[in-house]
Amino acid sequence: MNLKAVKELNSLEMDGWETVIGLEVHAELATKTKMFSSALNSFGGEPNSNTDPVSLGLPGSLPVLNEKAVELAIRVGLALNCQVQKSVFARKNYFYPDMPKAYQISQFDLPINKEGWLELPDGRRIGIERAHLEEDTGKITHVGGGGRIHEASYSLIDYNRSGVPLIEIVGAPDLRGPDDARDYVSELRSILVTIGASDGKMEEGSLRVDCNVSVRRDETEELGTRCEIKNINSLRSLGRAIEYEAKRQIEIIESGQEVEQQTRHWDEAEGRTHKLRSKEEAFDYRYFPEPDLVPVEPSEEWVKEIANSLPPLPRDRRHLLADSIGVEPTETSLIVQRNLDTFALQAISSNADKNRVLVHLENNLADGIGKLTPEAFASLTVMETNGELTATQTKTVLADLVESGGDPQEIAKSHGFESMDNSELEEIVDRIISENSDDWLSYINGDETERKKKSGFFVGLIMKETSGQADGKIVNQILSAKAEN
Amino acid sequence: MEATEIAEKVSSGEVSARSVVEHHIETINKIESDVNAFNLVTAEQALIDADEIDSKIASGETLGPLAGVPISIKDNLCTRGVETTCSSKILEGWKPPYNATVIEKLKEAGAVVMGKTNLDEFAMGSSTENSAFGPTRNPHNLELVPGGSSGGSAAAVAAGFSPLALGSDTGGSIRQPAALCGVVGVKPTYGRVSRYGLVAFASSLDQVGPFANTVSDAALTLEVISGHDPRDSTSIPEKPLNISEVLNQGVDGMRIGVIEELSGKGLEGISPDVSSRVEEAIKVFSNAGAIVESASVPASIYGLSAYYVIAPAEASSNLARYDGIRFGPRTEAATTAETMTATRTKGFGDEVKRRIMLGTYALSAGYYDAYYGKSQRVRTLIMNDFAKAYEKFDILISPTAPTTAFPLGDKTADPMQMYLQDVCTIPSNLAGHPAMSVPFGFGEDGMPVGIQILAPAMAEREMFQAAKVLESESGKGIE
Repeated sequence: MNLKAVKELNSLEMDGWETVIGLEVHAELATKTKMFSSALNSFGGEPNSNTDPVSLGLPGSLPVLNEKAVELAIRVGLALNCQVQKSVFARKNYFYPDMPKAYQISQFDLPINKEGWLELPDGRRIGIERAHLEEDTGKITHVGGGGRIHEASYSLIDYNRSGVPLIEIVGAPDLRGPDDARDYVSELRSILVTIGASDGKMEEGSLRVDCNVSVRRDETEELGTRCEIKNINSLRSLGRAIEYEAKRQIEIIESGQEVEQQTRHWDEAEGRTHKLRSKEEAFDYRYFPEPDLVPVEPSEEWVKEIANSLPPLPRDRRHLLADSIGVEPTETSLIVQRNLDTFALQAISSNADKNRVLVHLENNLADGIGKLTPEAFASLTVMETNGELTATQTKTVLADLVESGGDPQEIAKSHGFESMDNSELEEIVDRIISENSDDWLSYINGDETERKKKSGFFVGLIMKETSGQADGKIVNQILSAKAEN
Repeated sequence: MEATEIAEKVSSGEVSARSVVEHHIETINKIESDVNAFNLVTAEQALIDADEIDSKIASGETLGPLAGVPISIKDNLCTRGVETTCSSKILEGWKPPYNATVIEKLKEAGAVVMGKTNLDEFAMGSSTENSAFGPTRNPHNLELVPGGSSGGSAAAVAAGFSPLALGSDTGGSIRQPAALCGVVGVKPTYGRVSRYGLVAFASSLDQVGPFANTVSDAALTLEVISGHDPRDSTSIPEKPLNISEVLNQGVDGMRIGVIEELSGKGLEGISPDVSSRVEEAIKVFSNAGAIVESASVPASIYGLSAYYVIAPAEASSNLARYDGIRFGPRTEAATTAETMTATRTKGFGDEVKRRIMLGTYALSAGYYDAYYGKSQRVRTLIMNDFAKAYEKFDILISPTAPTTAFPLGDKTADPMQMYLQDVCTIPSNLAGHPAMSVPFGFGEDGMPVGIQILAPAMAEREMFQAAKVLESESGKGIE
């Protein structure tokens, strides 16, 4: 079965049901040092090389807050339209070998950012409940038994990640399906990268997603019982996990049973979720205010200063480009995601054809612009719309420009893409007309359908005659001009 | 010899640091086996350090205010490369890779560390009997406890092992043993001394402070260890204290309040030995020109109850890291979780387990507000009541401990009786205020009695002025 068929089958089975999703995204903040000590925050070092008494939780060590982490957290808050407030760190207590103090310093009832929103490319606003600071844990590798904890013969712990600053962004249950969830994470990642808060690399674990899924029958208000899915490592598995989980829950309800509130684990290889623990087995984290740290009270001036230093956000950039082209922001979101919007605006200000800019950036420049300059791009689009180049020729020239730069006119010439002189073309048109006079009469006298049909016929012949050098648009112009006379 | 005197003579070259250290090692060798003040005597290193000081002096270098002065360190302060156990099996053999800030400061001042002193495991106790390495005994009477939890440090100073010691005070752990051993013990304002490298018991209450034979030695030591430390976020951004310049200014015109809730009539369980000394102290202060009146800190009577929620709650979290994964002995079991449980079951003593359970319960979902939340509100009430009292008074006084030293084993079976030892000292920890114990004569049992002097936050100087007056009159009027 192909993907499309699977999708249709899924939506068929989910008919009459709505999937409700809320995401908790953890992003590692791009600081030089750790959240509470001067050990380096860097990925991929020799195991346990970026550690110190604080990140190892040695007795007697004390945390000291990294100001840069607070600044980045405020950047995130402002970019997500949150209220930045006085916040308090709290200890989240639980035992696990990757957590050296057996508590995680996090924020509980007073997070640094609360109540914001994120706008999806289609304009819908997804609520952000909070975005708080916390520290990351170490990393365990189970050795033997295929890497599974229960069968492992021993485990190794790398504390390089321990104490790396994280921002946890808790989204409201405003998402309605796998596509929504992926759009949300893409948009969030794009924001985090844009403002320099995180590198947003899911594959390196610097962006991690926990997903709360519940289902309810269409037209109902009340939320269903949710399950939290952990271990989602890519946008693709996010979508798959949601589809699987929604189906699982619908089946339970349709068979007359109730969904149990659980934490579940996504198994990428098996393509399914497994139960980790039920609500009753959930940890009691025994949160209490962290006595080793003082409350964080960012001054109004500081917050203002940070706000002023924010670069244009993806949303603003989408709107700006969309407005300057004259399309909806949904159509410019891909370009902004690829960070090509500034390039597009530069091309437009060099008098490029706006619509061709949009088309090429979306479809023909997915792998980047290489050596293409906005000016060359602009004149290329003009050549294309003037009929100097056909669509296919334009693509060829564009690929060359990306590869090695240069002047589009020269490149077109070197390929022999010189557009035909109109008088030369008219001669050919005249010849073709005289050779097909019956068809020409039908073209002149026929109704619209007939005329369209015949125009295709003539254009085809003329293109053949000119070995594709002629511009179809111009051929059509000549044909209709001759029909008028 | 007093610390100040040693430092002077060593700095001037009159005596060598080596001879000072050797003298104290001799004393240790003579009676330490009876007292058991130390978990570890670092005699060899002390001699090396002493020689280094002597050679610096020989080469004309100027040394710090504690040049050549031996000091004993409570074994919950991290010393680089030197075993730091908190008197717990769970930390047996652990050698910190770093020094506590106070250790760095002491070394910079020229002090010589003699060893690590015994304590109640993780500083939980009031008799130094809860130690994995055996109890410390009171040098004044070996059948009696030295108090706790810094009993080893108090005993080391009382026994002449070193003129100075450092302890930590979470609910009275410096002041109560100071009182029971007849030495000076100081708990500074919370944040006055860095906690970096102090193994945490209850982070919001813990504070490092000095023991000494004299008030001026204690003042000098506090001057050395105080001051802002960027590695401790709760450290107060202030310059180190200067107490010496006001130490002899007396109490003429000072308003001194006697906390009625914690003294004589106001509190059951204060022994006549102790309350009669408080009466005597009042006379001394009055004669020295102070205005002494009865003061009230009504909420202080709830201090003990609030403390026994807050301190165990924080301890349950602070002590969670002892899981056998990264340091300390590990008891292997089938799974990681079982290994952690086995390690902790074997490694912790009864009192520590009791408090971990208490604290875990107090923080549990559904109980947090009733216990931890409420206790924090009591803490605020106590602060408010102190603030009100300090509108009328410059300093307050009370007994340090309700009784003089008691026999070993006397209270080990009844934790509540043991907890009551700290009833007078706990309120200062909850408020974050400074307080100290000054030896002031003896009870009829011949054992030392301590008077507690309490002051508002940051008012150590006034507190020491009063202590100095009391010290100069102590011993007078005693048969």
